[in-house]
Amino acid sequence: MSALNANELLRVESLAKTFTLHLHGGARLPVVHGVSLSVMAGECVVLGGPSGVGKSSILKMVGGSYLAGEGRILVADGERVVDVARAAPREILDLRRRVVGNVSQFLRVIPRVAAIDIVAAAAQEAGFDRDAAGARAAALLARLRLPEALWRLPPATFSGGEQQRVNIARGFAGAHRLLVLDEPTASLDAANREAVIALIAERKAQGSGFLAIFHDDDVRARVADRIVDVARFSDREAA
Amino acid sequence: MTAPLLSVQGLNKRFGAIEACRDISFELEEGEALAIVGESGSGKTTLLNLVAGAAPADSGEVVYRLRDGAARALSSLSEAERRALMRTDWGFVHQDSSLGLRMNVSAGGNIGERLMAVGDRHYGRIRAAALDWLKRVEIAASRVDDPPATYSGGMRQRLQIARNLVTGPRLVFMDEPTGGLDVSVQARLLDLLRGLIADMGLAVILVTHDLAVARLLSHRILVMKQGEVIESGLTDRVLDDPQAPYTQLLVSSVLAA
Repeated sequence: MSALNANELLRVESLAKTFTLHLHGGARLPVVHGVSLSVMAGECVVLGGPSGVGKSSILKMVGGSYLAGEGRILVADGERVVDVARAAPREILDLRRRVVGNVSQFLRVIPRVAAIDIVAAAAQEAGFDRDAAGARAAALLARLRLPEALWRLPPATFSGGEQQRVNIARGFAGAHRLLVLDEPTASLDAANREAVIALIAERKAQGSGFLAIFHDDDVRARVADRIVDVARFSDREAA
Repeated sequence: MTAPLLSVQGLNKRFGAIEACRDISFELEEGEALAIVGESGSGKTTLLNLVAGAAPADSGEVVYRLRDGAARALSSLSEAERRALMRTDWGFVHQDSSLGLRMNVSAGGNIGERLMAVGDRHYGRIRAAALDWLKRVEIAASRVDDPPATYSGGMRQRLQIARNLVTGPRLVFMDEPTGGLDVSVQARLLDLLRGLIADMGLAVILVTHDLAVARLLSHRILVMKQGEVIESGLTDRVLDDPQAPYTQLLVSSVLAA
């Protein structure tokens, strides 16, 4: 076992993924192979390449919602190193609470739960007490410019951009050292994009690392420290 | 390392020629919610009943860590010990509320009965606990003296939950708790359950055929088919990247989970 280097938050080694579609005659759909990359503290690594090349699949394997086919996904948890590719469900849940935060492309709406409570619940899961979690949630929603009139409402009826800001606030509500972002700015206007860019910059300065997908060139240019071209790991022909 | 809260070891159950459960093992920790999913007849309700001691297994063992820290095989408990466990540290929420409630006893009596079963005799305190729990499950205090026979389906399920949780159990079994309810009633119940599970740090074993319910309430999933666990893992991993052919079929058969 090679341990991680100092300040290395994530190291992906020789990661591969193939889907087997049992309902379609067991067709095998190779996605990526040989993915190797690392994320250091304070760094934002952006996955680049055209649509369908396997960027989201890599993020999902790092987050644990896709099973890694081969390879290792080493995550620093204090002095410990956890291989997400082999970790038990319980270990992954624990990592998600404390170490690896996640902002998906869409908010999965929970019926009847108010926007601020969704965000506060994430902060509580990450270890903040009820009062601190509420204060954190309010501060994040304010920074992300969600109108205060919406805070106490469930996001089901919000616009795409409003839902996405609740989603971002939830992802940033903990004190996770590694954040995995899947196009968090896709449905945001310029002013709201600025707010997200500022939030990322602030967390980077505090030592968090990011593995992210951004389709917006301007955002990418401003937050990325490095761009990893996923096309070279891809099993698909570039479109 | 302390023992897991619950350890299920090699459970088997046959009904004549049918293998309802074959060699099923899993563990559950405190505060963990496990969903057992599968189609009708897959054996999931049988498994729940075996684990909860509501039906005898042909072979295998269920080991539970009691409040004093001792991990005990359920088969080694006396009948009195087992009944005490079920009335205090465990709960069981049935799909059919008439199995979990006394339909002609007042709501307050339904909740109070479980407290009295653990030795509480103070009327005022029992009444206060019943009123508190009605509030927590969003039933108006004015309905405390009405029997559940006069309640709607959603209210009965909420009352059943209150009755089970009033003794502060650590493990709750649920068999299709939202089955048969209108969608809007389901959403309210699910949200209530989600909050209570998190607030009380409950361990839950939930049987459901509804993958959306499993996604909302559980951390882990066991997928059953013909009496066997054919896939298990993190809830979002099983639902987003199912590996077994049968799991892929289940996931692809719903419109949106």
